[in-house]
Amino acid sequence: MGFENNKGIFIFIQQVDNKITNVSFELIGKGKELAADLGAEVTAVLLGYKVKSLADELAAYGADKVILVDDPALEIYTTEAYTHGMYSVIERYNPEIVLYGATAIGRDLAPRVSARVHTGLTADCTKLEVDPETKYLRMTRPAFGGNIMATILCPNFRPQMATVRPGVMQKLKKIEGAKANIKEFNPGFEKNHKYVEVLDVIKKPSSKIDIQEANILVSGGRGVGSKENFKLLEELADTIGGTISSSRASVDAGWQDKEVQVGQTGKTVRPHVYFAIGISGAIQHLAGMEESDVIIAINKDPYAPIFDVADYGVVGDLNQIVPILTEKIKAEMISKDNW
Amino acid sequence: MKIIVCIKQVPDTNEVKLDPVTGTLIRDGVPSIINPDDKAGLEAALRLKDELGAEVSVISMGPPQAEAVIREAFAMGADKGYLVTDRAFGGADTWATSSTLAAAIHNLEYDVVITGRQAIDGDTAQVGPQIAEHLDIPNISYAEEIKVDGDYIIVKRQYEDRYHIVKAKMPCLITALAELNEPRYMTPGGIFDAYREKKITVWDRNDITIDDSNIGLKGSPTKVAQSFPKSVKARGQVVTLDPEESADFILEKLKEKFIF
Amino acid sequence: MDLTLSKEHEMARTLFRDFALQQVKPLAREVDETEVFPKGTVEKMQKLGFLGIPISKEYGGQGCDTLTYILCIEELSKVCGTTGVIVSAHTSLCCDPIKNLGTPEQKEKYLRPLVTGKKLGAFGLTEPNAGTDASGQQTKAVLDGDEYILNGSKIFITNGKEADIYIIFAMTDKSKGTKGISAFIVEKGTPGFTFGTKEKKMGIRGSATYELIFTDCRIPKENLLGQEGKGFSYAMQTLDGGRIGIAAQALGLAAGALETTIAYVKERKQFGKPLSKFQNTQFQIASMATKVEAARLLVYKAAIAKDTQKKYSTEAAMAKLYASETASEVTSMAVQLHGGYGYTREYDVERMMRDAKITEIYEGTSEVQRMVISGSLL
Repeated sequence: MGFENNKGIFIFIQQVDNKITNVSFELIGKGKELAADLGAEVTAVLLGYKVKSLADELAAYGADKVILVDDPALEIYTTEAYTHGMYSVIERYNPEIVLYGATAIGRDLAPRVSARVHTGLTADCTKLEVDPETKYLRMTRPAFGGNIMATILCPNFRPQMATVRPGVMQKLKKIEGAKANIKEFNPGFEKNHKYVEVLDVIKKPSSKIDIQEANILVSGGRGVGSKENFKLLEELADTIGGTISSSRASVDAGWQDKEVQVGQTGKTVRPHVYFAIGISGAIQHLAGMEESDVIIAINKDPYAPIFDVADYGVVGDLNQIVPILTEKIKAEMISKDNW
Repeated sequence: MKIIVCIKQVPDTNEVKLDPVTGTLIRDGVPSIINPDDKAGLEAALRLKDELGAEVSVISMGPPQAEAVIREAFAMGADKGYLVTDRAFGGADTWATSSTLAAAIHNLEYDVVITGRQAIDGDTAQVGPQIAEHLDIPNISYAEEIKVDGDYIIVKRQYEDRYHIVKAKMPCLITALAELNEPRYMTPGGIFDAYREKKITVWDRNDITIDDSNIGLKGSPTKVAQSFPKSVKARGQVVTLDPEESADFILEKLKEKFIF
Repeated sequence: MDLTLSKEHEMARTLFRDFALQQVKPLAREVDETEVFPKGTVEKMQKLGFLGIPISKEYGGQGCDTLTYILCIEELSKVCGTTGVIVSAHTSLCCDPIKNLGTPEQKEKYLRPLVTGKKLGAFGLTEPNAGTDASGQQTKAVLDGDEYILNGSKIFITNGKEADIYIIFAMTDKSKGTKGISAFIVEKGTPGFTFGTKEKKMGIRGSATYELIFTDCRIPKENLLGQEGKGFSYAMQTLDGGRIGIAAQALGLAAGALETTIAYVKERKQFGKPLSKFQNTQFQIASMATKVEAARLLVYKAAIAKDTQKKYSTEAAMAKLYASETASEVTSMAVQLHGGYGYTREYDVERMMRDAKITEIYEGTSEVQRMVISGSLL
């Protein structure tokens, strides 16, 4: 089949309240890599209302072009309006690849678009690469709770589409003062039976820091034993400038919010340092944190699977070790006051 | 009011283990369950039945053994069950699965279609929105609360940092989150009725209207090029020391990595 | 001969197992420690129909068979012996006799609320001087106009004080010996019906075991169950069914101890390897598993016999005798394999061992079972 007319890598730019979601920049970064292999350009597709001012930021993170679909119907995300927008852009510009963040928006929009366009969609990818021979996009994703990785191709339909987990790809260094090459496009948004009405928007009480943005994570699991005992971890986190995160077990036990859950059913994180304290290391947890730069594990069970991925592991009682460690770090910081 | 709930039989991934030698999945003897998000969708439908007297039908696409999840749905209180099964449907990706299910649903009357957000063996979250597209009806994903208001459905739709309260005209499709509710248990009498009283309608290739190019492996735009067990990095340094020494060890490593 | 469970029985087992693991197991230790009757669990089971499993739908029951009911007790008892006996005493000893002997009015008035989860049932036969020798009943019932007047007391009554409806045995004609015993349905709250002391027990400590006291307690004449003078034979028939319930409780305790121990010996390491790698452990586990399976076959066979045979006393007695002795033996082996930890309350096996002992005693001691069995043979 010939897909000569399908060119370029399009990135769906997610913006909420006129603020671009981080994963969109990560995808531009990855898109640039793929574009180099394909000799193509990266086009950011920005949908929203009164969002033109965001275009330069997309250029600053590497977008070669920006297609702007600006319409009142796109002010708040709804499935049909955004599907119609993306579908129309794809029909009009025939991209070779379209990437979406695997967010609550992307995972709703992309499947609906794929069904309308009639093309394949690979969900929650953690790796994207161009096959050197066929030039197909090789989309790799975890399945079975992270037990297995599968590489997926979409050989006979275009565009090749994927959603990508936030926090997995890396964004490029921002080029200050970059100016976007904007192409405005509006397919028209006429209401039909598929349009829904948003009656209200309720913001969740914001948690302190998004664990995906944190540089140091102090993560606790079942072994912490109780909600109260998380104080030991909080003190360590406060001392070292880290953020609390947790395994699924601690969330299920009600000790921590779902917001800070790391793993297959939680968030993927790649901080500089990840402390896994009282976390045995179920595969579904490892899937969310094993890309961390340095993993330090404390667990009383010497056979805990967490030690298989940890760079440094300590077998012992967290109740004893964590407070001592916190004190020692405090002492270290005071002695290096000029640090 | 007529509600159709799509349910999938999945291996209980909590029980799936890796073969330590070959690194492949051991699926033998792993129990099969109703996919958790689908089960929450079924519970939501049954609550609407309790409240408003809705008729609840479940539909599942899968091998003949998938009848077990339909029986389980019966035992929880579902009224009708449809099993869409044929070798021709095998190897389907989400596109072909959704077009097949949509064609089957097309045979039925409905006001609301409920699917789970995603299946634990695939985690794609695609089939629900894709069915809605094939049926040409609105979809609301990630439902945390569902209410009926006349001809409309009102859903509390979850996002990462907020909720939207969304109103859609029926017929529509909703994808349910496991957080939506705590699914009820079956009852012993319900189980007996599920096997002895209720009948499952089985549909094969010829019972639904769909083009061959849209089903099974051939109708799937995506192809699995390869699958492999997740690679594990080399084991790091693991020590067993007294608490004081343990803290020192960690501190030393933090310093080495210039965290101080 | 097919010894595999049907699909509906398998699914029922899954239901009971899920319920037991999710709702009962988390409370088992606390229930034992505090000796508090698990009211919340009973309410949950009432909602799910677990308290009317083998009763027909005509009276609001689940319309399942005895085997399904037995699977329920087995799975509950795997994680909590207390919960198992609550269901067994209610179903076998209170619902079952009303189902078999009650008038349509009695079934409507008492059986329906019992099986639809509004009321809990109990059974009062044992007295201070009438244990294994149940014929030595001293509680009296005297007909006075339209009422019987009850006087006397019952001891060791499971579900005592917690239950709403009691099957009570009393002498209506002392001169006729066992042929002078009659059965009655007595409601909690009837004037003259009070509760004495609660027993402090070695095991099944969350189960409420009370003394029942009747002092000029007047009950309507129509609460006579079956015919006057046939009470002793009703009691024996009822206990035949009850024994299958207790056998299932014993089976559950043994099977639960086995499962717990298998998990433990794979985890616990001594001399550098898991206990499961030692031949002693392997042989012990093999013996335990074989006994559990043998008990299971006897218990299931008795359950099926209850639904298909007119008489099943021997099957019930064999099942209870073997399952209860297996429970004591297997839970004791489980504690031994757990070593010092097994003796502590940090682990569940010591509780299982304490819970197991009673299964050799109540609803007919092992000696009584041997009498029943040999009586049918000799």
